[in-house]
Amino acid sequence: MSAPQRTGSAAVWRRIYALVLRHMYLLRSSGPRVLELMYWPTVQMVLWGFITLFLVKQSSWLAQASGVLISGVLLWDVLFRGQLGVSLVFMEEMWSRNLGHLFVSPLRPIELVAALLVMSLIRTLIGVGGAALIAIPLFHFSIFTLGLPLLAFFINLIVMGWAIGLLVSGIVLRYGLGAESMAWVAIFAVQPISGVYYPIEVLPSWLQAVAYALPASYVFEGMRAVLFEHVFRADLLLWAAALNVVYLAAGVAAFVAFFNIARTRGQLLQVGE
Amino acid sequence: MSQAVVRVVNVTKRFGDLVAVDGISFDILPGSTTALLGGNGAGKTTTLSMLLGLLLPTSGAISVFGVDMLRDRYRVLGRMNFSSPYVELPRRLTVRQNLEVYARLYGLVDIRRRIEEVGRELEIEGLMHRPYGQLSAGQKTRVALAKALLNEPELLLLDEPTASLDPDTADYVRGMLESYRRRSHATMLLASHNMSEVERLCDNVLMLRAGRLVDRGTPEALLKRYGRQNMEEVFIDIARERRLELALDRKQANP
Repeated sequence: MSAPQRTGSAAVWRRIYALVLRHMYLLRSSGPRVLELMYWPTVQMVLWGFITLFLVKQSSWLAQASGVLISGVLLWDVLFRGQLGVSLVFMEEMWSRNLGHLFVSPLRPIELVAALLVMSLIRTLIGVGGAALIAIPLFHFSIFTLGLPLLAFFINLIVMGWAIGLLVSGIVLRYGLGAESMAWVAIFAVQPISGVYYPIEVLPSWLQAVAYALPASYVFEGMRAVLFEHVFRADLLLWAAALNVVYLAAGVAAFVAFFNIARTRGQLLQVGE
Repeated sequence: MSQAVVRVVNVTKRFGDLVAVDGISFDILPGSTTALLGGNGAGKTTTLSMLLGLLLPTSGAISVFGVDMLRDRYRVLGRMNFSSPYVELPRRLTVRQNLEVYARLYGLVDIRRRIEEVGRELEIEGLMHRPYGQLSAGQKTRVALAKALLNEPELLLLDEPTASLDPDTADYVRGMLESYRRRSHATMLLASHNMSEVERLCDNVLMLRAGRLVDRGTPEALLKRYGRQNMEEVFIDIARERRLELALDRKQANP
């Protein structure tokens, strides 16, 4: 008989926790890794902070809500770090040639997905949270003054990041680590049409239609509504949430589909650095 | 006859035009240790991967403990385990952290006790706080085996368990596997290129060549059939496609 093992939902949570623990051990073992999580969000925040200091004297639009650019960059980083968190944690398993062991254990792909999302949340909170805190003394701007809407913005952006992160992870599993640069560049394809730093209305009308197929566009429009008009646009958030349900379902489905292709093509034992 | 622990029925695996495994069928009985032998590219790792559910066959059926591995593998994965020098554990995690993670993945109840037990059995207690990536090949093999034994598997699949080990460490690992089988009555399937290992550990041999199962039997029966003194000579005969008839002729000429 095998060693006594937990079964049922307790075992499911335990397996998810096991993978989270594996990546927390990795994170805890390396101070530079934690600093690296905060490095780019902080650099971006500082850059846009100084641009704000300059432009606020030149632009009446910006003068109405001087925190709009810093809020934009921090919230954009929630999306970017959310996606990167999923993709990098998954690629860590590929780099360490550990997928074979993982998938001969009782771990199911959907449990791996759950662990990736938890780790992405932790990494995003460390990275963007650190930058947001630094912005307070540096630019006298606290994104937390957005209040509860900030939580809604955060959730919608990270969920969109997860969806894209799962798609990218699936592509890397299918096409190998040669495709790993996708993790860093893929999301920037949507940045120009997400309205991070400017309203969607500045886009050509045909591109506005594309923009409104992205949950992020509604979030950034909603952010500007709070900052400029002091209004929380629930309709925009509902659109973002509805689209995110579709995006996340598609991301999970794509990851599972690529996983099954990898099982057919024998890629789970062959991946590595 | 006992119900087979592993049943493989007419399994084929194609990668495009390449037929990696070609219509193989075999049973593995409870408590036996079976060697999967064949030259490079014969289909050993492909077969092991399909048994583990890491690779889907193009056609055929695989059952483990009576469970269809293509549809229901999660029902039996907790009763199996696997070790291979070609699949690593996370290098930056310590040995203890790795074992703890895998103990949780297998849902073990008393994790600390079990890690201490496998640590003693594999003599890796002194390595527990060292990162896996800093270990020697022999130490890594012992840690990988510890991971493979964590859940006390009833079916243990091993891909070249002593590859790249010095003779002393290889002998230690073989002794460890013998001891585990005696104690647990586990069933083992190992792919190996080491024929003395096969003679020592295995009571059944499956010979693969170009994806086909070309012969099978106990080591003693194969030695007799090919008229050879050791399994290495039998392996070469089969790998070089020497016909069984010629081997028999040779035996008749030199009785």
